[in-house]
Amino acid sequence: MKKLFAVSLTAALLAGTCAMAAGCGNGAGGNGDGGTLSVYNWGEYIADGTDGSMDAIAEIEERLGCSIIYDLYSTNEEMFTKIQSGAVDYDVIVPSDYMISRMIDADMLAELNFDNIPNAANLMERFQKTDYDPEGKYSVPYTWGTVGLIYNTTMVEEDPDSWNALWDERYDGKIFMFSNSRDAFGIALKLLGYSQNTTDEAQIREAADLLKKQKDVLQAYVMDEIFDKMEIGEGAVAPYYAGDAVTMISENPDLAYVLPKEGSNVFIDAMCVTKDSPNKELAEKFINEMCSTDIGLANIEKICYSTPLQNVYDALDEDTKQNPIIYPDDETLSRCESFINLPDETNTLVQDLWNEIIAE
Amino acid sequence: MKAKSKFAAVPYLVWMLIFILVPLGMVIFFGFTTTGGEFTFDNFTGIVKYAHVFWKSIYLSVIATLICLVLGFPLGFLMSRMSEVGQRTMLMLIMLPMWMSFLLRTYGWMTLLENEGLINKFLELFGIGPFTMINTQGAVVLGMVYNYLPFAIMPLHSIMVKIDKSVIEAAQDLGANGFHVLIKVLIPLSIPGIITAITMVFVPSVSTFIISRMLGGGQNMLIGDLIEQQFLGSVYNPNVGSSMSLILMVIILIIMGIINHFDDEEMEGMLV
Repeated sequence: MKKLFAVSLTAALLAGTCAMAAGCGNGAGGNGDGGTLSVYNWGEYIADGTDGSMDAIAEIEERLGCSIIYDLYSTNEEMFTKIQSGAVDYDVIVPSDYMISRMIDADMLAELNFDNIPNAANLMERFQKTDYDPEGKYSVPYTWGTVGLIYNTTMVEEDPDSWNALWDERYDGKIFMFSNSRDAFGIALKLLGYSQNTTDEAQIREAADLLKKQKDVLQAYVMDEIFDKMEIGEGAVAPYYAGDAVTMISENPDLAYVLPKEGSNVFIDAMCVTKDSPNKELAEKFINEMCSTDIGLANIEKICYSTPLQNVYDALDEDTKQNPIIYPDDETLSRCESFINLPDETNTLVQDLWNEIIAE
Repeated sequence: MKAKSKFAAVPYLVWMLIFILVPLGMVIFFGFTTTGGEFTFDNFTGIVKYAHVFWKSIYLSVIATLICLVLGFPLGFLMSRMSEVGQRTMLMLIMLPMWMSFLLRTYGWMTLLENEGLINKFLELFGIGPFTMINTQGAVVLGMVYNYLPFAIMPLHSIMVKIDKSVIEAAQDLGANGFHVLIKVLIPLSIPGIITAITMVFVPSVSTFIISRMLGGGQNMLIGDLIEQQFLGSVYNPNVGSSMSLILMVIILIIMGIINHFDDEEMEGMLV
């Protein structure tokens, strides 16, 4: 056991050295006086200076006088695995709702000192305290959005308003589905009228049967490939995130988006500081800057997701504010739930059933 | 001199220790333990229900390997008979696609094979199709063949270069027709290259996960996908993932063992 410890320690040290070396390389652009901050965010999730947008990272480096290491991940699980392994030290991370509650339970997040984040006062009321962080102590929402149906108006016989369009035999071979288990089960559970956060085994198994039946009419399970596929008319209906639907519709005007009547998932991605962060105060100041009107606006305009910040929302142009895809009305939102972390047994059951479904 | 050559191997030995042996040890450790670190066989017994995934992976990889051999063998031979410049040009052409990202090339096939993709669009001009090509097992095999064919051609070529022209001529002088030259001379002399080609194509094919996801539509799940799910799916389960990797390793070892055994026999046969 001692040996294993020594080996892990060596590995950790090696990884640390590599990270430090990488850090020095990356940070060259900024002013090092204020320290170095590591930020771990989703890919394509910030204004990065392309298409005439502001370069948010460079701007914040200048304002805080620090240098920033900015790395990317593509799934919550990937981020979680990396942080949990302890091989990397990120200060600021941007997990989604259920992952935040999981990380709070695992004692991986630091309580924030809101004295350093005055701009968080701009959060709209329903984002100040959330299902996954009931006291609002650990996270500051960055973006939010809904999951709905994106469909090609030239290929469907009538505009769908229900999740059962994803089981509709008329669109046989022209239907896509999420390839991640949580979203896929969420849709099936909603269609059956259950909560997306159910822990009831019978309900989950019923959803699994429904998903198995769906395979007959499905073309494929996809994630980001959906952009291309829907844009060229490869599929008639598919579920996806509202912000990305806006992007797809701008590429192909035949596409439309609807939030099904059964209700859906509303997700929130929020900025958190890791428990072991050596630069907690700097991390909080970074979050504060991300919530400022100009940087917040630049980010939201770039990535097309919905903002939880009143100051940023007010600064948006009228068209965006009125867009029901990005900012659905309260009645629609009342039908949506956000994911919370499920107990281990439920997660394992869902993953096992999912493997069975797609491996069949 | 002896001490010096030993010293030269130290960097690799350290590398091997840290990045090969230690991870292997960890995979074995995780594979036989529960999340709490207690010894168990449950990880392995739980995998039985995925036996068909393992079969499918092996089945598709075997097909891909055979196709690569059938395509690679004649090309390797033709190349080995070319001039020095010709050989270098051909090798370059074969290597060229590999300079591009593996992911990008597979993504390219996706846009080619789609129902609204380029191939179907082209066929439509002649009033044929559309054919369903994407999200099928055939598309997965195609992806494997396309990506790993260079790894079959190169070892075949490098071994065939060493086959002396006079050996073939001697066989022909002694009355062997083309077919006999192939099975009595060329194939036996190329066995080491064939073995390497099989290894280089089969091993990455059987453990791939991105090809099956992009071209198989997520429905043609292979072992690689299954293992990936254990680590990056909604449940982080390194124990089951490790035991799956171990089984995969054992399968590859057994198959390589069989092939190498065949190699030895051939060699002995040739000596006699």
